[in-house]
Amino acid sequence: MPVDAVLTTRDPEVDRPPGRPAPRSGNRTKRTKWRPVKDQSKFEAQLDPGFAAEIAAEVEGGERLHQCIQCGTCSSVCPLSAYMDLTPRRLIAMTRAGARDDVVHSMTPWVCASCYACTVECPKQIPITEIMHALRRISLREITYPKRFTTPVMTKAFVDMIQDRGRSTESWISMKLYLRTNPALLVKNAAIAGRLFRQGRLGVRRARINGRDELRALLKAVSA
Amino acid sequence: MPEGGLNPKAVSTDGGPRIGVYVCHCGLNIAGKVDVKAVVEFAASLPHVTVARDYKFMCSDPGQELIQQDLRDGLVNRVVVASCSPLMHEATFRRATAAGGESPSHVQMASIREHVSWVTADGDDATEKAKALVAGAVRRVALHEVLEPRQSPVRPDVMVVGGGIAGIHAALTLADAGKHVYLVERETTIGGHMAKFDKTFPTLDCAACILTPKMSAVRTHPNITLWTYSDVVSVEGYAGDFRVRVRHRPRYVREDLCTGCLACIDACVHKQGKFEDEWNEGLSKRKPIYIPFPQATPPVVVVDREACIWFKTGKCPRTCVDACERDAFDFEQTETFDEVEVGAIILATGYRTFDASRMPEYGYGLYPNVYTSLEVERLLNAAGPTNGEIVLRDGSRPRTVGIIHCVGSRDAKHNLWCSKVCCMYSLKLAHMVKERIGAEVYNFYIDMRTPGKGYEEFYDKVLREGVHMVRGRVAGVTDEAASPEEEGHLVIRAEDTLIGSVRRIPVDMVILAVGIEPQPDAQEVRRLFNVSCGSEGFFTERHPKLAPVSTFTDGIFLAGACQGPKDIPDSVAQAGAAAAEALAMIDRGHVTLESSTAFIDDAACSGCKTCVGLCPFGAIAFDEDRKKAAVNEVVCKGCGICVGACPSGAAQQHLFTDAQILSEIEGVLEYV
Amino acid sequence: MTTITYTYYPGCSAEGVGRAFTESLYAVFEHLGTGLRELEDWNCCGATAWPSVDQSQAYALSARNLALAEERAPGADPADVVASCTGCYRALLKAQEALGASTPTSDRLRNALAAIGLDFQGRARVRHPVDILLNEIGLDRIREAVVRPLQGVRVASYYGCQLVRPFATFDDPRNPTSMDRLVAAVGAEPVDWPLKARCCGGSCYCGGPVIGAMPEATMQLSYALLREASKRGADVVVTICPLCEFNLEGFQGRMARRFGHPLDMPTGFLTQLMGIAMGIDETRLGLHRLLRWRLPEAAESGPATAGGRPRREPAAVGASTHPEGGGDA
Repeated sequence: MPVDAVLTTRDPEVDRPPGRPAPRSGNRTKRTKWRPVKDQSKFEAQLDPGFAAEIAAEVEGGERLHQCIQCGTCSSVCPLSAYMDLTPRRLIAMTRAGARDDVVHSMTPWVCASCYACTVECPKQIPITEIMHALRRISLREITYPKRFTTPVMTKAFVDMIQDRGRSTESWISMKLYLRTNPALLVKNAAIAGRLFRQGRLGVRRARINGRDELRALLKAVSA
Repeated sequence: MPEGGLNPKAVSTDGGPRIGVYVCHCGLNIAGKVDVKAVVEFAASLPHVTVARDYKFMCSDPGQELIQQDLRDGLVNRVVVASCSPLMHEATFRRATAAGGESPSHVQMASIREHVSWVTADGDDATEKAKALVAGAVRRVALHEVLEPRQSPVRPDVMVVGGGIAGIHAALTLADAGKHVYLVERETTIGGHMAKFDKTFPTLDCAACILTPKMSAVRTHPNITLWTYSDVVSVEGYAGDFRVRVRHRPRYVREDLCTGCLACIDACVHKQGKFEDEWNEGLSKRKPIYIPFPQATPPVVVVDREACIWFKTGKCPRTCVDACERDAFDFEQTETFDEVEVGAIILATGYRTFDASRMPEYGYGLYPNVYTSLEVERLLNAAGPTNGEIVLRDGSRPRTVGIIHCVGSRDAKHNLWCSKVCCMYSLKLAHMVKERIGAEVYNFYIDMRTPGKGYEEFYDKVLREGVHMVRGRVAGVTDEAASPEEEGHLVIRAEDTLIGSVRRIPVDMVILAVGIEPQPDAQEVRRLFNVSCGSEGFFTERHPKLAPVSTFTDGIFLAGACQGPKDIPDSVAQAGAAAAEALAMIDRGHVTLESSTAFIDDAACSGCKTCVGLCPFGAIAFDEDRKKAAVNEVVCKGCGICVGACPSGAAQQHLFTDAQILSEIEGVLEYV
Repeated sequence: MTTITYTYYPGCSAEGVGRAFTESLYAVFEHLGTGLRELEDWNCCGATAWPSVDQSQAYALSARNLALAEERAPGADPADVVASCTGCYRALLKAQEALGASTPTSDRLRNALAAIGLDFQGRARVRHPVDILLNEIGLDRIREAVVRPLQGVRVASYYGCQLVRPFATFDDPRNPTSMDRLVAAVGAEPVDWPLKARCCGGSCYCGGPVIGAMPEATMQLSYALLREASKRGADVVVTICPLCEFNLEGFQGRMARRFGHPLDMPTGFLTQLMGIAMGIDETRLGLHRLLRWRLPEAAESGPATAGGRPRREPAAVGASTHPEGGGDA
């Protein structure tokens, strides 16, 4: 899975995988290949000065992002920041700087697990998790989410199913997802599915509610 | 406007009110919003207004001169100044009016800055509102009566509350100037937090070396009465004449006899210390009879009633009493009280440190090797629980130490403010730890704040010494080991924001740089002394820049961290300033009292006596023969409580009579 | 004892991976004289997926459930909605908060509800079973109901994320203790561990390493939890989140291979553990749906040996020893 390979870095939370030596300094025997560094300079014309305000308006209490002191608490309580291309702190800083393009293309909001640790711990009480959701909305709207990354695909599959039936059925969601992302997984995980089925934990009957029309009317009314 | 709106009795003897209206631009503060010329034009059209002028800065000398010249020329005999709030400049314009030969009570201010230009979005709205306020002020000033300024003598003695470095410095300054000082300290010794420290930043002076001479000077100074283990229970009176009641708690040892030989402590039936030693932040044990530290001032032991076997059971051989050559023990001691009269009071009640257990993520109280900075100060102190050795609770030496800045500070969940001293003391602790035991030290900071003489240089020195600096707020301290190197250590987790990665750093000892908070009883103290405080509890100075040691209560001054987080140099400077303000008041010999005293309209008084009991100054007497209340205007402070409380409207106050207030309202409404 | 019946919102996982949770919840509540009535025709809460598409619609989904609950609650019972899945619990709480505020969002939601003939007055409060057990039923009644105290069983309670975050309605978000108190009430020994509310990496990816976006991340986070629980001497990890349970239970074999450490930590739901202590039939508790559930012997033989309890070989309890134990994929 290429995406996974890109994202996987050494997680400081757990043991180094077996066989991987401790990082050490010293003489290398092999010359490492020179890699060009991405141009990090930002011209004011490339930045969107209204971006922070746009995000702030999307979220209840979002205006507090202007008060961020860049302390990094969010990044360090985040269980997944090691897998993010921008730590939550940097994402806030870049939002504030108006680096719209980098922010909406970032994987960070899609890596976020919505565990709310950052929201609870932020000393400035910035609703960071909700800001992540707002950034996901923009990235879905503008189709800037990472390709072949399952979370946005699943999000859409999930929403479609509920719009249609009012409830989701895990087995069907998974099926859809495999088909859309990596059908090979269907075979790989067949054993798990079989086990769950025998344990009675794999609902195969597609659930749906009676008030489907009512639900669609409600969703339409609230978006009107 | 009809003539009948004026009270004929209040009109000056020379015919009628001739009102001058002076509109201030206050630079662009007012003129940037309010059309000053339009206000002047409007004012000139009002009845009795003989002069209307505007000026860039009315409070400046030329501005005041405008008013004085018109008064001298006889053009006006009443003054309306439309400018800032009376709190800012009423005294200025009253002085100017008096200098022009008119009664200072013939001044009224219209606050068109605080109430208009600063708070109104639209310029036209602001101009209209300014006109209305001027109209009200004009109507009102026409009714102002002539009141003589009153003065009251100032007592020469001063009370200083709190015996930390600020209180000590203020007391010594006043005493050296020949004033008698009562220094009241709640603890058994003076010295405060500073006496607990080992070294002080940025010069690394030994705290004891510079503090104990001052403590001893307090004790021996002929002009200082030192009351430790004592607190203020009531304050009455006003600037120049306060009556303060002080309670002395029993030590069960006579202060006049005890010499601090400490023989009793050795003789105590407890062979070992058994009770938490508060002075050492609980890092050591003391006996029921103890002295906080060797240089405690006064050097008098104290018996802990809760711990002493004699008090608990009544059965103890009292070996301590036998050991005392001076016969200083008195187990029958009870609370005693003193009442003193002073002219001024200086509050130097200090601060407390943030309770680190309020942030469970840092593991204080959970992991034994997480310490507060104050505990580490005690560890570093040669007179502390480990005689200056930096050792962990198991006696071992830490090889790596993490210092976490901003604990409880800059945090909306705890305290929003920066505690100001923590960056510097954390650097100091880093230096001390490195110097004493050569440990690897990591400082975790959000922003490094080192403004102050020699402070940035100190930071530079610590950097040169190889202390690791990680810019990031620590999210948590855990004993969860995620790799073999972390096994058996505490792990500090923080984003190193400068490299953009989360780091996990295993350490042996964690030091929490706890912030500065108001004392837990700041609210009670505030009410006791009738001073105000912010929502967080620090006492409020009269003006943040220009009256930093005064309060809104005349005669009460502030020094030290009770007013806000402060380091030692700032506390001492402020204590000196507070002492100087108190001296200025005492040496002037008198205070000018508000002339707007209360009076009773005999005809309306029903004799209900409501006002008599309410008057905080005892200024209202009741004439039993006539069944009427009467105000002693010499004692009255013009607080207005009786006016508000009087059910029959008989209690009135000069410059706040119903007629004056109503005509001001009419003036405003009529324009609107 | 008067019987109170709460409206129950099972959530979509109750039909799937969370089935044992729902079963044991019904059984334990019934045993404690408290009824659960499933909310008729409830719809999905929207989870965290819907807010990623449309926040107002996400609120509306939960608003319908809340309004239905209020409308259909008989007068005698509290209108409170008990949501067992922590994802649903958070989504419903969030909607409750949005509806309660006087904001344009709230007006919009109320108008939308009105458009389908519903109304929400705020009587239905969102509750979690742990909250009900602790604060309504109470520890005393739970202690009385215990027939087989789980003495000597060391239990690591795993709270997951959204039970205490962002809404800490009945517990501390950093160091929650409510589950531990319930564990202690049934005679077991709570294990204090620092990761009890740290994300397992699974819930957000609905299915953990199976279909998740980042199998590696999920494995690492879950592994860290299980390893820490086992280091602290836990015999069993119990949770109250269907997805956490599945995630922690189902991939231990893979984790063992990936990280090179043997791993066999029994995991299950808090209510199953409580039900065992109350002597409830194991089939009703859904124990047969678990993969590696077992309790140490001491649970059956009475008090543990005093002092430092030696690690025993755990013995199987109930019909839960699944033939495929540990044989995930």
